[in-house]
Amino acid sequence: MRVEHADVVVVGGGAAGLSAALAAVESFAAAARDDAVVALVSKVYPMRSHTVAAEGGAAGVVPGGVDTADQHVADTMRGGAGLSHEDAVRFVVDRAPAELARLERLGMPWSRAEDGRPQVRRFGGMTNPRTWFAADKTGFHLLHTLFQTSLRETSIHRLDEHVALDLLLADDGAARGVVLHDQQRGEVVVVLAPAVVLATGGYARAWATSTNAGIVTGDGLSMALRARLPLRDLEMVQVHPTCLPGSGILITEAARGEGGVLLDAAGERYLADYGLGPVTPVGAPEARRMELGPRDQLSQAFWHADRDGRTIPTRDGGVVHLDLRHLGKAFLDERLPLVAGLARRFAGVDPVTEPIPVRPAAHYTMGGIVATPSGQVVDAAGEPVPGLFAAGECASTGLHGANRLGSNSLVETLVGGRAAGSLAADALRRSSASRPTAPDLVDQARGLADRWLAMRGRGTEPPAAIRRELGAVLDAEVGIFRDGDGLARAAATLDDLHERYQDVRVADTADVFNSDWTQALELGAMLTVARGVVAAAAARTESRGAHQRLDHPHTDDVARHSLVTTDARGAVSVRLRPVHAAVARAQGDA
Amino acid sequence: MTDQTLRVTVTRQEPGQAPRDETFDVPFDDRTSVLDALDWIKDNAEPSLTFRWSCRSGVCGSCGVMVNGRPVLGCETAVAGYRTSGITVGPMAHAEVQRDLVVDTDAFLAKLRGVSPWMLPVPGADPLPVVEPVETTDQDAPRTLDVLAVHSQTPGQVEAYKGLSQCIDCMLCYAACPVLDDVTGFTGPAAIATARRWDLDSRDQGNETRFSALAENEEGIWPCIQVGACTRACPKDVDPARAIRDYQREAMG
Repeated sequence: MRVEHADVVVVGGGAAGLSAALAAVESFAAAARDDAVVALVSKVYPMRSHTVAAEGGAAGVVPGGVDTADQHVADTMRGGAGLSHEDAVRFVVDRAPAELARLERLGMPWSRAEDGRPQVRRFGGMTNPRTWFAADKTGFHLLHTLFQTSLRETSIHRLDEHVALDLLLADDGAARGVVLHDQQRGEVVVVLAPAVVLATGGYARAWATSTNAGIVTGDGLSMALRARLPLRDLEMVQVHPTCLPGSGILITEAARGEGGVLLDAAGERYLADYGLGPVTPVGAPEARRMELGPRDQLSQAFWHADRDGRTIPTRDGGVVHLDLRHLGKAFLDERLPLVAGLARRFAGVDPVTEPIPVRPAAHYTMGGIVATPSGQVVDAAGEPVPGLFAAGECASTGLHGANRLGSNSLVETLVGGRAAGSLAADALRRSSASRPTAPDLVDQARGLADRWLAMRGRGTEPPAAIRRELGAVLDAEVGIFRDGDGLARAAATLDDLHERYQDVRVADTADVFNSDWTQALELGAMLTVARGVVAAAAARTESRGAHQRLDHPHTDDVARHSLVTTDARGAVSVRLRPVHAAVARAQGDA
Repeated sequence: MTDQTLRVTVTRQEPGQAPRDETFDVPFDDRTSVLDALDWIKDNAEPSLTFRWSCRSGVCGSCGVMVNGRPVLGCETAVAGYRTSGITVGPMAHAEVQRDLVVDTDAFLAKLRGVSPWMLPVPGADPLPVVEPVETTDQDAPRTLDVLAVHSQTPGQVEAYKGLSQCIDCMLCYAACPVLDDVTGFTGPAAIATARRWDLDSRDQGNETRFSALAENEEGIWPCIQVGACTRACPKDVDPARAIRDYQREAMG
């Protein structure tokens, strides 16, 4: 076992983690702490992180135009359907333009207007255009800009291909570091640090039909649960309406914005029959109607059409057609090159001559580790957890509420990541906390690691089967619409899978790059979080935002957060707390 | 999947041991990718088979492998075209094998770091040549001229480096480059293309720094013999061969 020391350890190398690490470096530099070490942990290499797949863009009000911060706040609050916190929204909105400008100065290739200024475009749910973008590869460019910038910082100590196993906590609950496994050297690593930033991403890969990369498995959330921390609003999962069947590869909203239309099995513009009409002429899309309606309404319309027998059956479930043929080859190659390429390579369809088969897929998870707007993690009693911070998709700060507005998540990674990184470095300086004392923490780390290592070379339950059944039950029962019976079935299935997982087969006993083992760990994380998702979805007997109950179609007058915790035996419990209580408490603290 | 199967031979290697081939019969259809085939083997036949993957949509750059001697991204390479020949999947060439199809990435990242792939001068070190930022009257927002300063860059100026900025660091070009058979220290196609990306960016002034790293270094641009294998291997239509040729021409005046 290797023991390392750092001043701040950031877990996760996507946009939020890289932003946090860079901000911590700046804070230490400003304090003339030349010896400071910022450890950056990634289970892949940072430039492989799932930020890379984000297509659309990042929202930030361009000053001097018609758009205003108040309007950005209002749009976000409306999308959040009662679960957003205005202070958290305003925190991000106010800092967004400065962060997008900072990225520009670091070399981000934002798409430009003719006069040389960064260009903005409109996304779903926006009153005014405010999405900064880099063609249809915004996340890719954002991630590579941050990663390449991080290469310049010698105080960032990268721990690539290190899988996080658990948080290390002191007796008083304060974070003291993390336990990792170095896949390359095949050894356990303990990083002792007085500040830990979790930037581990979401959990949408648990669904079989998902736009998410294989690595998006809720690792950080499951670590938080094991540390007895609550997870908030886990049931709020955004479903994207237009994805390739099977692979779940996302076909961006821009394809519809440019004039693509959705057709059922009979070639009808079915959206008109599900509350999104009246029909707009082909080639003349209109904001908020038909194909440009809100994402959740498009997904809901698909669900109804599928039940009404209007979709086209395939081995990956029913599909509808996204028809771009009328746009012509030249236009597609010029305006939607990524979409055209994805359709050709991954669906075997040339959108110039054939419509693209699409169906909804799990896309973004609003639920997460409870944190203040600037990333301070709080415990079940609402008290700050010393030394523990969270940023990006793994955090629930009150920004997205019950549904995320497009373009708000990339900017959250920048604002939240920076805030958490700065806070982690500052908290450290304020308390002049000495580096954690080692011996008992190292013993604790060894105990935690041994438990995970003991999974190797034992078990009888094939992990692939558990993974398949987990994905299938979430697709079937915890998707666009839910009801009590379906959630009860899902809970029973997950209890069974949880039992079987206790005896999961890990045949490979190697130390180095044992991906049989790490995939089993990821499966365990997904199962843990999924059980929380189902429990929270069952407890929320109303329809709100991304959570739509067929048996409870109304929205409660009082907006409440769900808070999921688990006990030492893994039993899940859910509490519902009024949103205003959470907000009042946070303001009281401030 | 249908009942037809494909013969998949995988070149496997444990750390410190000699490589060995193992062959599997993998069910496939017209949509099955090389990565799908590897997944099938891991789930159904050989759980210890080791390979990298993540996004499955050709943008994260994780899943580069050699298929019948050619470097490709596993996720976007369909196996159906190989139904008669079968496929042999091996680790990418010119990189140390860590286990099975997983190869060393650190050597490449060291080469990338060697070309200073970041904005120079470092922002904040010098005053920016900025677009006139618009002042705001909103006193609540934490806005100053400084934090909102951005460079001006026209769409044409973006176009100048856009192609080279598409590199996903997948290392297929290193696997393809014959120069690396002999000159293992060669900075190589992707790192040089990325250097060029920054040089051609109107906002950056680091050309001299990168030029000295590449031209005053016998393992920089000079080992390239312009066979163009890198450009042909690139899954993102980056043209490293041209970037290297342009550097060589500039260096020779």
